[in-house]
Amino acid sequence: MDNHSHSNNNHTPHYGIYIIVWLALLILTGVTVAVAGIDFGGLTIATALLIASIKSYLVLTIFMHLKNESKVFSLFVGVALLFLLVSFVLLFADYSFL
Amino acid sequence: MSSIDHSASHVHRDDVGSRLGMWLFLFTELILFGGMFLVYSIYRFNYQQEFHLAAKELNTLFGALNTIILLTSSLTMALSITALQKNQKGLSIFLQSVTILFALAFMVNKFFEWSAKFHHGIFPGSETLLEKSNGEILFFGLYYIMTGLHGLHVIIGVVLIGVMTYFTSKNRITSDNYVRLESAGLYWHLVDIIWIFLFPLFYLIT
Repeated sequence: MDNHSHSNNNHTPHYGIYIIVWLALLILTGVTVAVAGIDFGGLTIATALLIASIKSYLVLTIFMHLKNESKVFSLFVGVALLFLLVSFVLLFADYSFL
Repeated sequence: MSSIDHSASHVHRDDVGSRLGMWLFLFTELILFGGMFLVYSIYRFNYQQEFHLAAKELNTLFGALNTIILLTSSLTMALSITALQKNQKGLSIFLQSVTILFALAFMVNKFFEWSAKFHHGIFPGSETLLEKSNGEILFFGLYYIMTGLHGLHVIIGVVLIGVMTYFTSKNRITSDNYVRLESAGLYWHLVDIIWIFLFPLFYLIT
Protein backbone atom coordinates (compact mmCIF):
# COMPACT_ATOMS: atom_id res chain seq x y z
CA MET A 1 0.00 0.00 0.00
CA ASP A 2 1.51 3.25 -0.98
CA ASN A 3 -0.74 6.14 -0.18
CA HIS A 4 1.77 8.06 1.86
CA SER A 5 4.50 8.62 -0.67
CA HIS A 6 7.21 10.35 1.25
CA SER A 7 8.92 13.19 -0.43
CA ASN A 8 12.34 11.73 -0.93
CA ASN A 9 13.44 8.23 -1.51
CA ASN A 10 14.92 6.31 1.35
CA HIS A 11 18.07 8.25 1.95
CA THR A 12 19.03 9.99 5.11
CA PRO A 13 19.47 13.71 4.65
CA HIS A 14 22.93 15.17 5.27
CA TYR A 15 24.22 18.72 5.23
CA GLY A 16 27.82 17.80 4.36
CA ILE A 17 27.37 16.90 0.70
CA TYR A 18 25.78 20.29 -0.05
CA ILE A 19 28.65 22.17 1.58
CA ILE A 20 31.16 20.13 -0.45
CA VAL A 21 29.29 20.83 -3.69
CA TRP A 22 29.06 24.51 -2.81
CA LEU A 23 32.84 24.65 -2.25
CA ALA A 24 33.39 22.87 -5.56
CA LEU A 25 31.12 25.40 -7.30
CA LEU A 26 33.06 28.31 -5.79
CA ILE A 27 36.39 26.78 -6.83
CA LEU A 28 35.09 26.23 -10.37
CA THR A 29 33.93 29.86 -10.47
CA GLY A 30 37.45 30.89 -9.47
CA VAL A 31 38.90 28.68 -12.18
CA THR A 32 36.60 30.06 -14.86
CA VAL A 33 37.55 33.65 -13.91
CA ALA A 34 41.24 32.77 -13.80
CA VAL A 35 41.34 31.04 -17.19
CA ALA A 36 39.26 33.76 -18.84
CA GLY A 37 42.36 35.95 -18.92
CA ILE A 38 44.34 33.32 -20.82
CA ASP A 39 43.86 33.15 -24.57
CA PHE A 40 43.35 29.57 -25.75
CA GLY A 41 42.17 30.80 -29.14
CA GLY A 42 39.10 28.89 -30.23
CA LEU A 43 39.18 26.82 -27.06
CA THR A 44 38.53 29.79 -24.76
CA ILE A 45 34.74 29.60 -25.09
CA ALA A 46 34.86 25.79 -25.02
CA THR A 47 36.70 25.95 -21.68
CA ALA A 48 34.16 28.39 -20.25
CA LEU A 49 31.25 26.23 -21.42
CA LEU A 50 32.87 23.06 -20.12
CA ILE A 51 33.30 24.55 -16.63
CA ALA A 52 29.73 25.92 -16.69
CA SER A 53 28.49 22.45 -17.69
CA ILE A 54 30.34 20.78 -14.82
CA LYS A 55 28.85 23.32 -12.42
CA SER A 56 25.36 22.72 -13.83
CA TYR A 57 25.84 18.97 -13.52
CA LEU A 58 26.67 19.37 -9.82
CA VAL A 59 23.63 21.59 -9.24
CA LEU A 60 21.33 19.21 -11.15
CA THR A 61 22.49 16.00 -9.49
CA ILE A 62 23.04 17.17 -5.91
CA PHE A 63 21.13 20.41 -5.25
CA MET A 64 18.19 19.38 -7.43
CA HIS A 65 18.33 15.79 -6.15
CA LEU A 66 18.38 14.14 -9.58
CA LYS A 67 20.77 11.58 -8.11
CA ASN A 68 18.08 10.43 -5.67
CA GLU A 69 15.11 10.61 -8.01
CA SER A 70 13.90 7.76 -10.16
CA LYS A 71 15.64 7.39 -13.51
CA VAL A 72 12.56 8.85 -15.26
CA PHE A 73 13.61 12.32 -14.08
CA SER A 74 17.09 12.01 -15.54
CA LEU A 75 15.61 10.66 -18.77
CA PHE A 76 13.29 13.68 -19.03
CA VAL A 77 16.14 16.10 -18.38
CA GLY A 78 18.26 14.28 -20.92
CA VAL A 79 15.57 14.57 -23.59
CA ALA A 80 15.09 18.29 -22.85
CA LEU A 81 18.83 18.93 -23.11
CA LEU A 82 19.06 16.84 -26.26
CA PHE A 83 16.34 19.01 -27.81
CA LEU A 84 18.36 22.12 -26.97
CA LEU A 85 21.51 20.54 -28.35
CA VAL A 86 19.76 19.62 -31.62
CA SER A 87 18.59 23.25 -31.93
CA PHE A 88 22.17 24.48 -31.57
CA VAL A 89 23.55 21.93 -34.01
CA LEU A 90 20.93 22.71 -36.64
CA LEU A 91 21.42 26.45 -36.18
CA PHE A 92 25.14 26.22 -36.66
CA ALA A 93 24.75 23.78 -39.52
CA ASP A 94 22.84 26.61 -41.18
CA TYR A 95 25.22 29.42 -40.33
CA SER A 96 28.76 28.22 -40.20
CA PHE A 97 29.05 25.77 -43.05
CA LEU A 98 27.56 27.87 -45.82
CA MET B 1 -1.25 0.53 5.75
CA SER B 2 0.43 3.40 7.43
CA SER B 3 0.00 3.49 11.15
CA ILE B 4 0.38 7.27 11.22
CA ASP B 5 -3.19 8.44 11.42
CA HIS B 6 -3.50 12.16 11.26
CA SER B 7 -6.45 13.79 9.58
CA ALA B 8 -4.68 14.36 6.28
CA SER B 9 -3.45 10.80 5.81
CA HIS B 10 -6.37 9.80 3.59
CA VAL B 11 -5.88 12.76 1.27
CA HIS B 12 -4.29 11.62 -1.94
CA ARG B 13 -0.82 13.00 -2.37
CA ASP B 14 1.68 12.32 -5.11
CA ASP B 15 4.97 14.01 -4.33
CA VAL B 16 6.88 12.37 -7.16
CA GLY B 17 4.19 13.54 -9.58
CA SER B 18 4.39 17.05 -8.13
CA ARG B 19 8.12 17.19 -8.58
CA LEU B 20 7.89 15.80 -12.10
CA GLY B 21 5.34 18.51 -12.89
CA MET B 22 7.78 21.11 -11.60
CA TRP B 23 10.51 19.68 -13.79
CA LEU B 24 8.21 19.90 -16.82
CA PHE B 25 7.69 23.56 -16.04
CA LEU B 26 11.45 24.02 -15.74
CA PHE B 27 11.83 22.60 -19.26
CA THR B 28 9.66 25.43 -20.59
CA GLU B 29 12.03 27.82 -18.81
CA LEU B 30 14.93 26.01 -20.44
CA ILE B 31 13.36 26.60 -23.85
CA LEU B 32 12.68 30.26 -23.01
CA PHE B 33 16.28 30.95 -22.06
CA GLY B 34 17.61 28.42 -24.55
CA GLY B 35 16.11 30.45 -27.39
CA MET B 36 17.96 33.50 -26.13
CA PHE B 37 21.21 31.57 -25.84
CA LEU B 38 20.68 30.49 -29.46
CA VAL B 39 20.38 34.12 -30.53
CA TYR B 40 23.40 35.00 -28.42
CA SER B 41 25.52 32.23 -29.92
CA ILE B 42 24.81 33.14 -33.50
CA TYR B 43 25.44 36.87 -33.00
CA ARG B 44 28.60 36.16 -31.07
CA PHE B 45 29.70 33.94 -33.95
CA ASN B 46 28.98 36.70 -36.46
CA TYR B 47 30.36 39.63 -34.43
CA GLN B 48 33.25 38.15 -32.45
CA GLN B 49 35.41 41.27 -32.27
CA GLU B 50 32.51 43.56 -31.37
CA PHE B 51 31.34 41.22 -28.60
CA HIS B 52 34.83 41.19 -27.10
CA LEU B 53 35.01 44.96 -27.25
CA ALA B 54 31.55 45.45 -25.74
CA ALA B 55 32.17 42.93 -22.94
CA LYS B 56 35.05 45.12 -21.71
CA GLU B 57 32.39 47.57 -20.49
CA LEU B 58 31.05 44.99 -18.04
CA ASN B 59 32.43 44.80 -14.53
CA THR B 60 33.78 41.29 -13.91
CA LEU B 61 33.93 41.95 -10.17
CA PHE B 62 30.18 42.65 -10.02
CA GLY B 63 29.51 39.51 -12.05
CA ALA B 64 31.78 37.32 -9.94
CA LEU B 65 30.33 38.68 -6.71
CA ASN B 66 26.80 37.97 -7.93
CA THR B 67 27.86 34.48 -8.94
CA ILE B 68 29.13 33.79 -5.42
CA ILE B 69 25.95 35.27 -3.91
CA LEU B 70 23.69 33.13 -6.10
CA LEU B 71 25.67 29.93 -5.56
CA THR B 72 25.55 30.48 -1.81
CA SER B 73 21.81 31.14 -1.95
CA SER B 74 21.42 27.82 -3.76
CA LEU B 75 23.32 26.18 -0.90
CA THR B 76 21.09 27.70 1.78
CA MET B 77 18.01 26.68 -0.21
CA ALA B 78 19.18 23.06 -0.42
CA LEU B 79 20.11 23.08 3.27
CA SER B 80 16.69 24.45 4.25
CA ILE B 81 15.07 21.33 2.76
CA THR B 82 17.50 19.05 4.61
CA ALA B 83 16.78 20.97 7.82
CA LEU B 84 13.06 20.34 7.39
CA GLN B 85 13.67 16.66 6.62
CA LYS B 86 15.52 16.52 9.93
CA ASN B 87 12.53 18.18 11.57
CA GLN B 88 14.46 21.36 12.36
CA LYS B 89 11.74 23.84 11.50
CA GLY B 90 13.42 26.92 12.98
CA LEU B 91 16.66 26.25 11.15
CA SER B 92 14.76 25.69 7.90
CA ILE B 93 12.95 29.01 8.23
CA PHE B 94 16.25 30.72 9.00
CA LEU B 95 17.91 29.18 5.93
CA GLN B 96 14.97 30.12 3.70
CA SER B 97 15.18 33.69 4.98
CA VAL B 98 18.92 33.78 4.30
CA THR B 99 18.19 32.58 0.76
CA ILE B 100 15.79 35.49 0.30
CA LEU B 101 18.39 37.92 1.67
CA PHE B 102 20.99 36.64 -0.79
CA ALA B 103 18.49 37.00 -3.62
CA LEU B 104 17.83 40.59 -2.60
CA ALA B 105 21.58 41.24 -2.35
CA PHE B 106 21.87 39.92 -5.90
CA MET B 107 19.24 42.40 -7.07
CA VAL B 108 20.86 45.32 -5.21
CA ASN B 109 24.12 44.46 -6.95
CA LYS B 110 22.31 44.29 -10.27
CA PHE B 111 20.73 47.67 -9.57
CA PHE B 112 24.12 49.32 -9.03
CA GLU B 113 25.55 47.56 -12.06
CA TRP B 114 22.76 48.69 -14.37
CA SER B 115 22.77 52.19 -12.86
CA ALA B 116 26.47 52.52 -13.68
CA LYS B 117 25.75 51.46 -17.28
CA PHE B 118 22.88 53.94 -17.55
CA HIS B 119 25.15 56.61 -16.12
CA HIS B 120 27.64 55.94 -18.91
CA GLY B 121 24.79 56.29 -21.38
CA ILE B 122 24.67 52.61 -22.24
CA PHE B 123 21.05 51.49 -22.31
CA PRO B 124 18.80 50.25 -25.12
CA GLY B 125 18.17 53.00 -27.64
CA SER B 126 20.58 55.50 -26.08
CA GLU B 127 22.59 57.85 -28.28
CA THR B 128 25.91 56.59 -26.94
CA LEU B 129 24.94 53.04 -27.71
CA LEU B 130 23.54 53.75 -31.16
CA GLU B 131 26.85 55.33 -32.17
CA LYS B 132 28.58 52.03 -31.55
CA SER B 133 28.93 49.21 -34.07
CA ASN B 134 26.13 46.79 -34.85
CA GLY B 135 27.73 43.96 -32.89
CA GLU B 136 28.11 46.06 -29.76
CA ILE B 137 24.48 47.19 -29.94
CA LEU B 138 23.44 43.55 -30.22
CA PHE B 139 25.66 42.58 -27.30
CA PHE B 140 24.11 45.16 -25.00
CA GLY B 141 20.62 44.37 -26.24
CA LEU B 142 21.17 40.72 -25.32
CA TYR B 143 22.86 41.71 -22.07
CA TYR B 144 19.85 43.73 -20.95
CA ILE B 145 17.19 41.28 -22.08
CA MET B 146 18.92 38.17 -20.73
CA THR B 147 20.14 39.51 -17.39
CA GLY B 148 16.84 41.41 -17.13
CA LEU B 149 14.72 38.31 -17.63
CA HIS B 150 17.00 36.46 -15.24
CA GLY B 151 16.57 39.28 -12.69
CA LEU B 152 12.80 38.99 -13.08
CA HIS B 153 13.14 35.30 -12.23
CA VAL B 154 15.14 36.20 -9.14
CA ILE B 155 12.36 38.56 -8.01
CA ILE B 156 9.74 35.84 -8.62
CA GLY B 157 11.98 33.47 -6.64
CA VAL B 158 12.03 35.91 -3.71
CA VAL B 159 8.22 35.99 -3.64
CA LEU B 160 7.99 32.21 -4.07
CA ILE B 161 10.46 31.40 -1.29
CA GLY B 162 8.81 34.05 0.87
CA VAL B 163 5.48 32.23 0.53
CA MET B 164 7.21 28.94 1.42
CA THR B 165 8.75 30.52 4.52
CA TYR B 166 5.29 31.69 5.54
CA PHE B 167 3.86 28.20 4.91
CA THR B 168 6.65 26.62 6.93
CA SER B 169 6.04 28.96 9.86
CA LYS B 170 2.30 28.15 9.72
CA ASN B 171 3.01 24.39 9.56
CA ARG B 172 1.49 24.08 6.11
CA ILE B 173 4.88 22.81 5.03
CA THR B 174 6.13 20.24 7.51
CA SER B 175 8.82 17.60 7.88
CA ASP B 176 6.58 15.02 6.23
CA ASN B 177 4.93 17.27 3.67
CA TYR B 178 7.47 19.57 2.07
CA VAL B 179 7.11 18.98 -1.66
CA ARG B 180 6.19 22.63 -2.22
CA LEU B 181 9.43 23.73 -0.64
CA GLU B 182 11.27 21.23 -2.83
CA SER B 183 9.60 22.61 -5.95
CA ALA B 184 10.48 26.17 -4.98
CA GLY B 185 14.02 24.89 -4.48
CA LEU B 186 14.06 23.33 -7.95
CA TYR B 187 13.00 26.67 -9.44
CA TRP B 188 15.66 28.50 -7.48
CA HIS B 189 18.41 26.13 -8.60
CA LEU B 190 17.35 26.57 -12.22
CA VAL B 191 17.73 30.34 -11.81
CA ASP B 192 21.21 29.58 -10.48
CA ILE B 193 22.08 27.35 -13.44
CA ILE B 194 21.03 30.04 -15.92
CA TRP B 195 23.34 32.50 -14.17
CA ILE B 196 26.15 29.93 -14.27
CA PHE B 197 25.99 30.27 -18.07
CA LEU B 198 25.23 33.99 -18.26
CA PHE B 199 28.25 34.91 -16.17
CA PRO B 200 31.06 33.54 -18.39
CA LEU B 201 29.20 34.36 -21.63
CA PHE B 202 28.77 38.05 -20.83
CA TYR B 203 31.40 39.00 -18.27
CA LEU B 204 34.36 36.84 -19.17
CA ILE B 205 34.90 37.29 -22.90
CA THR B 206 37.42 40.11 -22.88
